[in-house]
Amino acid sequence: MADEIITGNMDLLRFATAGSVDDGKSTLIGRLLLDSKSIFADQLEAVEATSASKGFDYTDLALLTDGLRSEREQGITIDVAYRYFATPNRKFIIADTPGHVQYTRNMVTGASTADLGLVLVDARQGLTEQSRRHAVLLSLLRVPHLVLAVNKMDLVDFSQEVYEKIHAEFTQFATKLNIPDLEVIPISALAGDNVVNRSENMAWYSGPTLMHHLEHVHVASDRDLVDVRFPVQYVVRPKSDEYHDYRGYGGMVAGGVLKPGDEVVVLPSGMTSKIAGIDLHDKELSEAFPPMSVTVRLEDDVDVSRGDMIARVNNAPKPSQDIDAMICWMTNEPLRPRQKLAIKHTTRTARALVKDIQYRLDVNTLHRDQETKELGLNEIGRIQLRTTVPLLCDPYSKNRTTGSFILIDEATGVTVGAGMINSGS
Amino acid sequence: MTQTHADYQLSQLDQLEAESIHIFREVAAEFEKPVLMFSGGKDSIVMLRLAEKAFYPAKIPFPVLQVDTGLDFPEVLETRDNWVNRLGVKLVVASIDDAIAKGIVVDDGKTSRNRMQIGTLLNAIEENGFTAAFGGGRRDEEKARAKERVYSHRDEFGQWDPKMQRPELWSLYNGRIHQGEHMRIFPLSNWTELDIWDYIGREGIEIPNIYFSHQRRVFERDGMLMSETPLNPLRSGEVVEERTVRFRTCGDISLTGCVESTASTVPEIIEEIAVATLTERGATRGDDRFSEAAMEDRKKEGYF
Repeated sequence: MADEIITGNMDLLRFATAGSVDDGKSTLIGRLLLDSKSIFADQLEAVEATSASKGFDYTDLALLTDGLRSEREQGITIDVAYRYFATPNRKFIIADTPGHVQYTRNMVTGASTADLGLVLVDARQGLTEQSRRHAVLLSLLRVPHLVLAVNKMDLVDFSQEVYEKIHAEFTQFATKLNIPDLEVIPISALAGDNVVNRSENMAWYSGPTLMHHLEHVHVASDRDLVDVRFPVQYVVRPKSDEYHDYRGYGGMVAGGVLKPGDEVVVLPSGMTSKIAGIDLHDKELSEAFPPMSVTVRLEDDVDVSRGDMIARVNNAPKPSQDIDAMICWMTNEPLRPRQKLAIKHTTRTARALVKDIQYRLDVNTLHRDQETKELGLNEIGRIQLRTTVPLLCDPYSKNRTTGSFILIDEATGVTVGAGMINSGS
Repeated sequence: MTQTHADYQLSQLDQLEAESIHIFREVAAEFEKPVLMFSGGKDSIVMLRLAEKAFYPAKIPFPVLQVDTGLDFPEVLETRDNWVNRLGVKLVVASIDDAIAKGIVVDDGKTSRNRMQIGTLLNAIEENGFTAAFGGGRRDEEKARAKERVYSHRDEFGQWDPKMQRPELWSLYNGRIHQGEHMRIFPLSNWTELDIWDYIGREGIEIPNIYFSHQRRVFERDGMLMSETPLNPLRSGEVVEERTVRFRTCGDISLTGCVESTASTVPEIIEEIAVATLTERGATRGDDRFSEAAMEDRKKEGYF
């Protein structure tokens, strides 16, 4: 066991959990951590001691994940937390998002970096508004893989009929959404059925266990390896004799594969050049792809600074000051037309004016409400923005990095909105 | 030749490295005056290595700040100096002894030096006008840290408010602060203890030798093995004996315990951690044992 997990060469899966308060999310996370031996004795002892002192007759695994004093006091999860576990094949980062209290904002935050979304439903309740809402949000955030875990199967006598009914209902609902990969798994987080070990109680189920699916779901193909996008983050210019003429552009590859010799265009100036070399520390690389952080050198001495983007000559994003986007509003004070905000898109920061709020999306019914002209906390809508400088953007459906942005309240400095670009024009 | 997606898969360690480098560059580009908090322990050394990679071949464009508790392991200070000299970065030392002398923090004989780091650190940040301070905190260390953002906002008193954290989306970090406020930055947020050791092994990174197995004169206190040193006087009933030990974390001598271990190489340490049943802090850090929310409470006051 020890020899197997010390590789450092395994890959990484990020997933976000969702589900209502009593769907057993904490128990499931506790079970995944326990069964992958990611909980240490001192942590478990602390949880056992706290459970006992509170007079519980069971060990409350939720105490493992509720890290803040106020969360333990109230017995609820307030904020997104990140958990880690590893199996011999993969390392996992869980964005553990609370089931209620500011759910949309937290779900959007957790899902923004997730490769997979895990939605829990209580087999006794079937699909609830909450499960539908979470599926909508995961689809909106373009989380490429979705798992619907039908939990508490032990409480419905492991009934295949119950599972099939929820499965069918969800599949029907999912046709309205953009969910490229869906897996529906019947489990009992409490008893451990189909979580890590195959359940003997559900012989009728022939699909993978949850852990098997998490370990084997293929995420490498989710990245855009065609359209080269390299937002320039930092200009590396050593002021030393040895590297007197060195001028490199540091950044994280957001799309495509870059190679020395490639003809590239620098945006927004439109100057063209060739890649002279790609460096990572003292190594010269033969190629760079997402999400590598590298330093790119160009053959010509063109003017390039932070906020610019390097792309392929005939395949570049269109600079645009008029942005059409879906937005999740994250603060109490509503978003209104004519409002001015700061916008951060890739490495470029500008100011934005809200030109129009086209509609508010009801995440329960997918109804587009065109009457309302403002967005409140946790609401999602489609808006038009005008920015002070052109953004070098792609539709979010094509690239989650060049298609996303955040909005910042300039007075308070707080992040108030998360945006997904439909198009620029 | 067509390449498949499988050829463009980054290992988990390479992904973590890429994300950390991204964070270092983002902060250097957007903040007026960043600083890297450097204890000389394994996490802050890994941070220095990542910063070196982020700006290479240029030098790291910010200084490092060490809070000198006066109770630091000499081996750790030596490694600190080696790194600072090799990379040619500026070292700022904020000493607790100086802070006591100047009346910035009060030594009442009951407060631990660990806690006195808070006032000393905040004063150094204010005096130097630092607007961002990199810390080596990892979310896997502790349950309050699991809630920590990569960019963690601190008000003009240096306080952390866990209920008022900014949502952090994609890799778009919001570094807006007002005058007098600063941001704590945690580039190692998504790393685990095992990742740190894998990386130290892979990169051949120099770390203080107290992390490796050695003979040490120790005594038992509160179920932990503490070093015999004049900085940590014996209490009645405590008996010193020589054991084969190593350290899992490097805090101050008076509070950091060691574990019995024969692991003398990085692969041996990795093997040991992979089967360890205690967290590194639970096993060896006295400062986290005061209450269930010890870390959270200290962080609210401005601890790293």
